[in-house]
Amino acid sequence: MLSIEELSTKVNTRFGRLLDQSIMAYGELTILVAPQHLLEVCLALRDEPEFDFKLLIDVCGVDYLQYGLSEWETNSATTTGFERGVEVDVFKNASAKEPRFASVYHLLSLTNNQRIRIRVLLNETELKVPSVVNIWPAANWFEREAFDLFGIMYTGHPDLRRLLTDYGFVGHPFRKDFPLIGNLEARYDATLQRVVYEPVSITPRILEPKVIRRDNRYQVGE
Amino acid sequence: MEKMPEIRNYTFNFGPQHPAAHGVLRLILEVDGETIVTADPHVGLLHRATEKLAESKPYNQNIGYMDRLDYVSMMCNEHGYVLAIEKLLGIAPPVRAQYIRVMFDEITRILNHLLWLGSHGLDIGAMTMFLYAFREREDLLDCYEAVSGTRMHATYYRPGGVYRDLPAKMPQYKVSKWHDAKQVAEMNENRQGSLLDFIWSFTERFPKRVDEYESLLTENRIWKQRTVGIGVIGPEQAIAMGLTGPMLRGSGVEWDLRKKQPYEVYDQLDFAIPVGVTGDCYDRYLVRVDEMRQSNHIIRQCVQWLRNNPGPVMTDNHKVAPPTRVNMKEDMEAMIHHFKLMSEGYCLPEGEAYAAIEHPKGEFGVYLVSDGANKPYRLKIRAAGFSHLAALETLVKGHMISDVVAVLSSLDIVFGEIDR
Repeated sequence: MLSIEELSTKVNTRFGRLLDQSIMAYGELTILVAPQHLLEVCLALRDEPEFDFKLLIDVCGVDYLQYGLSEWETNSATTTGFERGVEVDVFKNASAKEPRFASVYHLLSLTNNQRIRIRVLLNETELKVPSVVNIWPAANWFEREAFDLFGIMYTGHPDLRRLLTDYGFVGHPFRKDFPLIGNLEARYDATLQRVVYEPVSITPRILEPKVIRRDNRYQVGE
Repeated sequence: MEKMPEIRNYTFNFGPQHPAAHGVLRLILEVDGETIVTADPHVGLLHRATEKLAESKPYNQNIGYMDRLDYVSMMCNEHGYVLAIEKLLGIAPPVRAQYIRVMFDEITRILNHLLWLGSHGLDIGAMTMFLYAFREREDLLDCYEAVSGTRMHATYYRPGGVYRDLPAKMPQYKVSKWHDAKQVAEMNENRQGSLLDFIWSFTERFPKRVDEYESLLTENRIWKQRTVGIGVIGPEQAIAMGLTGPMLRGSGVEWDLRKKQPYEVYDQLDFAIPVGVTGDCYDRYLVRVDEMRQSNHIIRQCVQWLRNNPGPVMTDNHKVAPPTRVNMKEDMEAMIHHFKLMSEGYCLPEGEAYAAIEHPKGEFGVYLVSDGANKPYRLKIRAAGFSHLAALETLVKGHMISDVVAVLSSLDIVFGEIDR
């Protein structure tokens, strides 16, 4: 069995210019591929015996809109202490991380006992990536889910319908700018004798603010 | 001349409210006579956006959501999530906690397979199986209750170990208007010792119970007529469709993460990987039944180890795990740790990790993206049942309507994890 470092060398020599970046972290190999090279790389990873990634484990979307932003800045302490409540619209500035979206693929090779992760970064203006459904049929539902939740268009997908959300749902709920409480709520109306949709009646609140600690207290395990 | 009758395919709904739909599956079937032409599963009726909810909560508060994914194999879901956090933090639980986790993973596997066997039997028409399976499940749920206080949604695994050590005595039945003193004494007979004694007595009788199930089903003519050659999927196709776990092993692919990419202490335990031959419903049944025997074997090894090796069950890194209650009374540092952990939680270093375990249903993976905060930035749960249900159309095409029920229940799907 190859070690993950050897796999990394092999991937880098084989694909070279096709990769934007290759990252080793936590014993996992991640390669960054531009959308136009995705199919070529995937096909080679599946069919060439030294890779042989025949099993597609997962496809998912990621939205980096609020990446690295915390909801609670503790730098400016006052004499009266910290305010516990946090406004919901704290994210006035979007994250510096560009592009905003990513489509992430996890592959597994049964013969070589290896895993690899492919990340394709996507701009919000051009949220399109070629579908890998012809390479791995397993991608079908995973891509439908990522389309449903993030609005990523998988071009060439034979049946790109919504998968998890309600019939007639508007919006892409897992985007970071979609509110956690949603936009509409449903209830049964006894007089109309049908289910009606109304704007949500609850107000969002943050119970535990998101904080980012970078000081050495949190350098655990080193 | 008489006009030929116009023959059209007929489309109808299977579910969402149908006892054989295993929850809330709306399956749109197009049939030509009794033969399936297309099957289009509509899922999402149980979608609770677990992954989005997790983004708004500190890490430890999400463990409870994991139980509610696949609600018949609760602790295994927790295990996948906890492993991903531990990978990013770079910590490992004490060995005793690893053995406890393995033991409860296998108890969970038996729980899952028993429920599967019961409902699979029920779907095909073997009503008795359901009652027998629930009889054994009751004992195992008592183990859950003894260790975590709840019968199902345990929230027992924590990053850095498990919530607490195994209890030294089992809860007892009490006399009620349904059970008199004599009956209660009988019911409490194997509950006199510790939890490990109770589990040991379970593993003594369980193989015989599996023999009973097998004598009911394995050579049963009706059972074989309903399952042999139904929903066949070959190894290449199974891999292409992303099947894992018993679904893949039923097709003859010897792949088990417990052996191939061992986590916790699986590499120190003795067990076999059962594989099927043809990849039909019958083979998947045989694989799962054999897995129950293997799990029983693993549990016995764990019980023996745990009896001889007392020790801590939680890491002593108090940036992650709360200190003991006694320490908190006297130690200022411990109190601060407790306060910070219970309010803010702990931060993970920036990065991304994928941790996978051999869940009773297949590969359960957690892809965790952290931006250095006390909450997950993105949590993606890779549930085995999701891929299995996606392969349903391939499996049922060309079969009869009644076979859809057999194939569907042989997938072992639970909507908690498919819809998330």
